[in-house]
Amino acid sequence: MSQTVFAPWNDPDEKPLIRFQNVTKKFGEFVAIDDLSLDIYAQEFFALLGPSGCGKTTMMRMLAGFESPTSGRIELAGQDIAPVPPNKRAVNMMFQSYALFPHLSVWDNIAFGLRRDKMSKDAIEARVAEMLKLTRLEKFARRKPHQISGGQRQRVALARSLAKAPKLLLLDEPLGALDKKLRQDTQFELMDIQESTGTTFVIVTHDQEEAMTVASRVAVMDEGRVIQVATPAEIYEAPNSVYVADFIGDVNIIEARTKAVGEDKYHLDWAEGQAPLTAASAKSFSADQKAHLAIRPEKIRISTERPEDAPNALQGKVLDIAYLGNLSTYHVELPGGQVIKAQTANTRRIARRDITWEDPVWISWSATAGVLLAE
Amino acid sequence: MKRMTWFNVTSLTLGFAFLYLPMIILVIYSFNASKLVTVWAGFSTRWYGELLQNEAFLNAAWVTIKVAVISSSIATVLGTMAAYVLVRGGRFMGRTLFSGMIYAPLVMPEVITGLSLLLLFIGIGLDRGVLTIVLAHTTFSMCYVSVVVSSRLVSFDRSLEEAALDLGSSPWEAFRLVTLPIIAPAVISGWLLAFTLSLDDLVIASFTAGPSATTLPIKIFSAVRLGVSPEINALSTIMIAIVTVGVITASLVSKRSSLRAQEEARAAERPSA
Repeated sequence: MSQTVFAPWNDPDEKPLIRFQNVTKKFGEFVAIDDLSLDIYAQEFFALLGPSGCGKTTMMRMLAGFESPTSGRIELAGQDIAPVPPNKRAVNMMFQSYALFPHLSVWDNIAFGLRRDKMSKDAIEARVAEMLKLTRLEKFARRKPHQISGGQRQRVALARSLAKAPKLLLLDEPLGALDKKLRQDTQFELMDIQESTGTTFVIVTHDQEEAMTVASRVAVMDEGRVIQVATPAEIYEAPNSVYVADFIGDVNIIEARTKAVGEDKYHLDWAEGQAPLTAASAKSFSADQKAHLAIRPEKIRISTERPEDAPNALQGKVLDIAYLGNLSTYHVELPGGQVIKAQTANTRRIARRDITWEDPVWISWSATAGVLLAE
Repeated sequence: MKRMTWFNVTSLTLGFAFLYLPMIILVIYSFNASKLVTVWAGFSTRWYGELLQNEAFLNAAWVTIKVAVISSSIATVLGTMAAYVLVRGGRFMGRTLFSGMIYAPLVMPEVITGLSLLLLFIGIGLDRGVLTIVLAHTTFSMCYVSVVVSSRLVSFDRSLEEAALDLGSSPWEAFRLVTLPIIAPAVISGWLLAFTLSLDDLVIASFTAGPSATTLPIKIFSAVRLGVSPEINALSTIMIAIVTVGVITASLVSKRSSLRAQEEARAAERPSA
């Protein structure tokens, strides 16, 4: 059996469920969304990721209908949604504060949207029961929101927004109020629910780990613009800019000037009196162009001896060690004063490791370990 | 609990005596058997009985209650609407002016309110009676309602209304099914406040009442000018009782609602208990 990879964004025949076309949103003089175009496909789990104030919540509120774009067009399933009020959209939203109705029981909260659709009593009962089962809340159906825990409230909010089987579910920082352990469990629950219901999810988050865990694609935003849209792996391994590389995970950035040596291969002059570094890049750079080499700490090897036939090897001194239990991050100071982070998995017990503070060490990486970025 | 000092006990006693002694004397004398108000002649409920026979007083009482119920109901609707627009309406032209104008009647001398209403009613040729008193009482008591309701609306989480819209309610349904039930305690206490204000108003009512309709406070005031009768004492005692019950209920309702709001806020803050 051949398994097809879920990647509708690579299929030119696929119609997007949501299409932002040159959308701009201004609040007075402030430009919250700046000429933004973006396609989101059916059944995607799409994450809008960015620091606070980058416009991600505004995009979500425009999809829900609480804000309308200043210019540009937003389409849902091929139709312009600008004239459709929030209560007529096949879009539901899970609010950051959950916004559960405090005067209604869990059951009535979930049934609220169904009642507005004038569904029959039996149909409502069946649907609510289904939602309670999906979110494992059967025991709490008769409780009021203030009588249940934060994690349970989060699930009520999810059940309520899913009850109407929307085409699109918007989640505004859905796990922000939960503690770390519960958040991780809930992330997987969300993914299961997304998969079993087949609903398109758009999640807003500032937590890059959360976006990477749950999303099929991530849009990294900054100041009202989308910087990069790609799968989590691509975003991490092949960021298109220093901003994205820096925003997602930990990264070392080395500024350098390029010199082509053979096809797709460059020598990088990065410091006076130092041997040039070697890096591969599919993107072409002109001679003596300013570039940034971005390398993840875990792609850098650290050793006491000079490694043999490593294309890039530099000597330095251990400045600091961040011990995280499973991993250790070594901060290595190069002769020029630049600090490079190198990460190793602690496969051995601590007493057996041989590198400590102030030790002279070698750091090395392959030509393909880093990404060469223009800006 | 801390024991009260001698000084605190004294000042408390004096303060409350100052406030309530006159009313206590009135209540006690309403049970006086003697016709002479200042001479105690034993306990009796005779004057309460006679009060029930007094047609004029009963009529005035009926007018008063009618006016209080109708005017406080209209005031509650109008006051709630005003509060909703001022809190929720966002920034519109003259918003500050409007909210200032809502609260102005609270500090306006009653004589002026009464006089200006009187001039208005004469000007438009409206005969003074129950209708004019109702209108006058609605005017001043809706300010109180709007103050009480808007203080609740300010602490009301906007996203609850958005959630209701998002789930398919029309704006009116969102108000009726979500906003109103949550602010109901404030609306009820606003109504009770308006009711008691209307019940004991003398100044504005005396400007706007006509020969066809007199409220109880006016009746009492004019009766007292001919001399205090034990009947008046009995009547006043009943009014004190009604007003006390109204005020206590209003404050209990609003206290319960603010406690509940606190509880909800706490529940929202607590991340994962």
